[in-house]
Amino acid sequence: MVTPTGKKERIDALAESTAKGDSGVSLAASAWKRLRRSPVFLVGLVIIGLFLVTAAIAPFIAPHDPAARDLIDQVVKARNEIPPAQPGHPLGGDLVGRDFLSRLLVGSQQTLLVGVFATLIGLAGGLILGTLAGAFGGIVDSIVMRVVDVMLSIPQLLLAFGIGALFAKPNLFTVILAVSIVQIPVFARLLRGSMLAQRGSDHVLAATALGVKPGPIVFRHMLPNSLGPVIVQSTLVLATSIIDAAALSFLGLGNPDDTVPEWGQMLGNAQTVIDSHPHLAFWPAGCIIVIALGFTLVGESLRDALDPKNRR
Amino acid sequence: MLRYTVRRLIQLVVVVLVLSLLVFAWLRALPGGPVSALLGDRGTPESRAALSAQLGLDQPIFLQYFKFLGRALTGDFGNSTTVQPGDTVVEIFLQRFPATIELSLFAIVLAVLAGIPLGYLAARRRGGWFDNLSVGGSLVGVAVPVFFLAYLLKYIFATELQWLPSLGRQGDIEATRVTGFFVLDGLLTQEWDAAWDAFLHLLLPAVALATIPFAVIFRITRAAVLDVVNEDYVRTAESKGLLGSVIRRRHVLRNAMLPVVTTIGLQVGALLAGAVLTEKVFAFQGVGEALALGFERRDYPVLQMFIMVAAVIYVLVNLLVDLSYALIDPRIRAR
Repeated sequence: MVTPTGKKERIDALAESTAKGDSGVSLAASAWKRLRRSPVFLVGLVIIGLFLVTAAIAPFIAPHDPAARDLIDQVVKARNEIPPAQPGHPLGGDLVGRDFLSRLLVGSQQTLLVGVFATLIGLAGGLILGTLAGAFGGIVDSIVMRVVDVMLSIPQLLLAFGIGALFAKPNLFTVILAVSIVQIPVFARLLRGSMLAQRGSDHVLAATALGVKPGPIVFRHMLPNSLGPVIVQSTLVLATSIIDAAALSFLGLGNPDDTVPEWGQMLGNAQTVIDSHPHLAFWPAGCIIVIALGFTLVGESLRDALDPKNRR
Repeated sequence: MLRYTVRRLIQLVVVVLVLSLLVFAWLRALPGGPVSALLGDRGTPESRAALSAQLGLDQPIFLQYFKFLGRALTGDFGNSTTVQPGDTVVEIFLQRFPATIELSLFAIVLAVLAGIPLGYLAARRRGGWFDNLSVGGSLVGVAVPVFFLAYLLKYIFATELQWLPSLGRQGDIEATRVTGFFVLDGLLTQEWDAAWDAFLHLLLPAVALATIPFAVIFRITRAAVLDVVNEDYVRTAESKGLLGSVIRRRHVLRNAMLPVVTTIGLQVGALLAGAVLTEKVFAFQGVGEALALGFERRDYPVLQMFIMVAAVIYVLVNLLVDLSYALIDPRIRAR
């Protein structure tokens, strides 16, 4: 085994090793067997489940309207004071007198939205580029991969900052765009790698010999069997895009409209008062860490389970 | 080896050229543009046109790009508009670069010193409590936003406990400057107080910055050691009756280090992005803080040059990693 060298080679090796199973079905079956017994996977699933439930019922269990400045009188009375915890407001208020607990609960919705949509956009871009490169090969492959190489040559988070700075008036969509575009090259390379590994495989050769047309071969035989590493990557991207979106907010490149709360934004907004009121940063940061951990746990255990080296 | 190096260097030049085109296009695509950034809303159409001509923005876009490229090659990246108004971007960079290098070097050394031994230990005791605990810890480490960790450390050790300074690169100490690396300066001029003071200022930001590379290096080391332990040549060495310590040093560690070296290189690139966030939290006057300010105040010349330099360094580090790799493993050269 030649050990992979750079980032690109590592991505390729990952793609290949996952695509190499004897056939997709038995690999998936054996992976599922191991996943069911994996405590890491189960803990991750439970965390994600809890957050999904919270996001779903947040509007109903939130004690107050997250946009209403219920505590504003108190703010005006004591200048520059952040409303403390009090009956009905267990976590107190935020910088402009809105109930903090309610914002935290409802914030789960937009935060999950950012993660899911950023992943979907990155995935879609990567699927298109990776399929193009993996299916056509030759000159198309070369062109697509050089573009991907250049994108991979810039540190991901730095690239996201650059894209974020492109927009004069950032909003939720531009934040999602900035953190998703940087994921496209990784997805593309993963998919291309595992599709190339499929090309010489028995079932593709058999299909070709039976006279199946190139289109169905790509979409019915190669693509479905190449999705393993892409699925693993998706769960990890869900985690990083939520963290990256928070970093954008921290740099002032996030969504300035905070009528609908979002954890990354709450964390970014808290930075000016963090020394005097650390709880305003602690709670949204804690939520981000736990949800990111949930997706990371699931992603890591999926990767282990799909790795043919661990089979049996 | 020479041919491999030359081929990689040519690739490097191509990547840098494409990058310069991208960064240039990116700058042109930014809303407002330099004219609005300088004049704000006050400019009359005439003054806008004049400034536009002065900056060469009325010329065809390709001519502009080649002029930009020509000036960039001579080291002229223009002047800062809002971060340190009037200073040339290169001056700002040179003045702040040592701080970032000092911080990043310290962080990567911390990450390596902690990550490799712990990763090795965890792999040797696979499945034990130490292994589970440290793997769990590394997973949490990756899930923590860097800037939040920086704030947390600052809050605990600077604000609450007051053990360490919270802001800047040095206290009220008058120190002689030789290299711009504050700790090194203190050691060189034998001003031990200054060196110690600079070191204390470095500690918190470096720990915050080191967390993610530490977690990654730890996991790669652990995985690599586990990989190698199952290889045939280790079994051969064992069956030959070699001493455990010899096997560990000569067969396991040496071969396991290959992917670890790669990872360290990749993490150096990622450090630059982390430095933007950490330096901002600690007002550590490095390149990253200037970048963060540049984003905030839309200082396009600063952003343009700094991002470009960051990318070039990243590419260079990767090249160095690949070359050192080819030195260790001859099979790579053959490809």
